Amino acid sequence: MDVLYFAWVRERIGLPKERIETQAATVADLIAELKAREARYEAAFADLSALRVAVDQELTDFDASIAGAREVAFFPPMTGG
Amino acid sequence: MIRVVVQEAPFDFGAEAAAFARGRTDLGAIVTFSGIVRDVADGLSVMEIEHYPGMTEKALEKIAAEAEARWSLGEVLVIHRHGRLEAGEQIMMVATASRHRKHAFEAAEFLMDYLKSRAPFWKKEHTEAGTGWVDATEEDEAALKRW
Repeated sequence: MDVLYFAWVRERIGLPKERIETQAATVADLIAELKAREARYEAAFADLSALRVAVDQELTDFDASIAGAREVAFFPPMTGG
Repeated sequence: MIRVVVQEAPFDFGAEAAAFARGRTDLGAIVTFSGIVRDVADGLSVMEIEHYPGMTEKALEKIAAEAEARWSLGEVLVIHRHGRLEAGEQIMMVATASRHRKHAFEAAEFLMDYLKSRAPFWKKEHTEAGTGWVDATEEDEAALKRW
């Protein structure tokens, strides 16, 4: 699936998008996998209260399933308007 | 009818407002709002707006559809820009048209409250003092609770 990062999450991880092969069942499982990879992921995902997640472009929770998802995106709280 | 536009280029607020709901003689009330890049610290040079192409349009359409479901609206318009904007530039506008003003005003406020914290845009300020992402505020989140 494609994993996308926006705003400071993108800057901290150092890329806007990557393709990831994963068996993770939920968003939280995917985060655990990413954090185990490298320090920059550990840093980006250190405080989940500062993050939001969208699965297939719909806002959701960290315990949401990602089975069959095409796209998971991580970003800080939004500041539109 | 809902119209959502997400673009980098400037838009003509006057022309959009004039064309909005034109000819709809059944709609007696039009409310328009436009958001301007504010010079936050006497030194804001640029506001950079990042967004999530694809999700942005969907989120705005969903918010507009929710407004249509809650109020009696004949027309809804949302325009939101992204990219690099200077102080004084128009970032976005919403317009609502209804038979009566109460619906048009309330729906416009609802749209503003929701697109502030439920549409995937992120603002980064570039000032003389440096560069930083704008934090979402508790007020923004609290504003949603009144609806």
